Amino acid sequence: MTKRKRSAADRVAVVGLWVLAALFLLPVVLVAVNSFKSSLYITGAPFTLPNAHTFVGLKNYLTGLTSAGFLAAFGRSVFITVGSVGLIVLGSSMTAWYITRAKTRLMQVLYYLFVFSMLVPFQMVMYTVTYVVGQLNLDNLLGILFVYLGFGAGLSVFMLSGFVRAIPLEIEEAATMDGCSPLQCFFRVVFPIMRPTAVTVAILNAMWVWNDYLLPYLVLGTDEKTVPVAIQISMQGAYGSTDYGGLMAMLVLAIIPIIAFYLVGQKYIIEGVVAGAVKG
Amino acid sequence: MDKRQLGRWFPVFVLPTLAAFCVAFFVPFVLGVWLSFNRFTTVSNARFVGLENYIRAFTADSDFVRALGFSALFTAVSVVTINLLAFALALLLTRGLRGTNLLRSVFFMPNLIGGIVLGYVFSLLINGILSFWGVDITYSATYGFWGLVALNTWQLAGYMMVIYIAGLQNIPGELIEAASIDGASAATTLWRVKLPLVMPSITICTFLTLANSFKMFDQNLALTAGAPERETQMLALDIYQTFYGRSGWQGVGQAKAVLFFLLVAALATVQLRLTRSREVDA
Repeated sequence: MTKRKRSAADRVAVVGLWVLAALFLLPVVLVAVNSFKSSLYITGAPFTLPNAHTFVGLKNYLTGLTSAGFLAAFGRSVFITVGSVGLIVLGSSMTAWYITRAKTRLMQVLYYLFVFSMLVPFQMVMYTVTYVVGQLNLDNLLGILFVYLGFGAGLSVFMLSGFVRAIPLEIEEAATMDGCSPLQCFFRVVFPIMRPTAVTVAILNAMWVWNDYLLPYLVLGTDEKTVPVAIQISMQGAYGSTDYGGLMAMLVLAIIPIIAFYLVGQKYIIEGVVAGAVKG
Repeated sequence: MDKRQLGRWFPVFVLPTLAAFCVAFFVPFVLGVWLSFNRFTTVSNARFVGLENYIRAFTADSDFVRALGFSALFTAVSVVTINLLAFALALLLTRGLRGTNLLRSVFFMPNLIGGIVLGYVFSLLINGILSFWGVDITYSATYGFWGLVALNTWQLAGYMMVIYIAGLQNIPGELIEAASIDGASAATTLWRVKLPLVMPSITICTFLTLANSFKMFDQNLALTAGAPERETQMLALDIYQTFYGRSGWQGVGQAKAVLFFLLVAALATVQLRLTRSREVDA
């Protein structure tokens, strides 16, 4: 191909790609634009820009934040996400290291159980997990962290074990010779080496927990709503009475932290998601 | 490290995670399998009925079979649309065009947004377009089907694109050069060199799109909730409705869930076997 032809083809490709990129952004932009319009002009005419007549400023944000308990839901989502991701990273890395190093028959069985759990869709355990969690009085904000540890352990132990196998044993042996207990050896020597994989595991789990709807809905119910639950509940409001303005504002507020998170840690997020995909 | 010494540390390292794993997964899984052979409204009043739930899942009404058909068709179409778009984007974004990084970020972004939020974002867009004809997405199952395909493609294409880009960048430059010196056209290079060499990426992406599409729940609930008349209800949503939508059907719901699990596991195994055998080493 001559250089001239190629650059012409490239220019067409670039234009095409930007048109497509605009289409990719359109749904989110549409919600953002409509979040500034009065509820009456949203579902009927979503493609009109707000004008003097339909523009309501930040009113939707105020009603959305206060009336549907969205602010509390937001706080709950942050608490659950940070708490369970912390627990998952800590618990799974300790478990992954132990079962890889102890190499007994029982540990191998455990490893395969963790891997097996990745294959099982949530609907399989949806009803029974709600029952077990209720029986153990874990159906509260602290209990759900423990439940997330159990669900997150499968993929996380699997990914972290793969990494532990690549750490040379000599490093740990040297630490043991110097008089480290297994706990010291793990936190002073092994965990620092595991950090890149731990970051990947943290990102994958954070995205899952933040966006998860069914588990918090079934375990915490509608009294302690998380962000996805609050959005779903406010949509189920009696037909015709849904406050679409408030809903648009809630959708924007649910998306903003994700975009902010993405802008800050884009490199790690893409790497992490791809690593999770390759292994999962 | 001395094994006996390590053995004493089991309660510290493994026990907390193992306890959580038992509560969240292992006990509910075993209990779930057992309950699928029982009739119950709460776990404590379970009564063994053999295979009755499994039979009722197919014979009592057509919901399960219809959901299975809808999920299968949806998955088949999604796997094609997502992977074609993702691969095309990956090819275009590995040519060193201007703005490549920004474009990649834009295409990847939808993947981070959760299913419930995405469902309502899309319902505004799709119902907005359909309102020009005076209908909405619940008007016909065809609208619901393509709406869900569009949503799924929008959400997953950027993700798969990133995996394809990684695959394409792993192809040694000499191979492409050698092909063009031998007089291969761009199309031949794509078919004979690039495609065989990105087979591992194709395996991963097909597997991921297959599993994600077949297990879809949140997007289905938020965009169509099965309307009209449960016609756009996928398997996961049908199982949910059987459990919580009608009393006395919990056993049937659990039986459907076991079948769903077996299908997902079988699909994953077959898929991996099939595409693994076609991979080529560079």
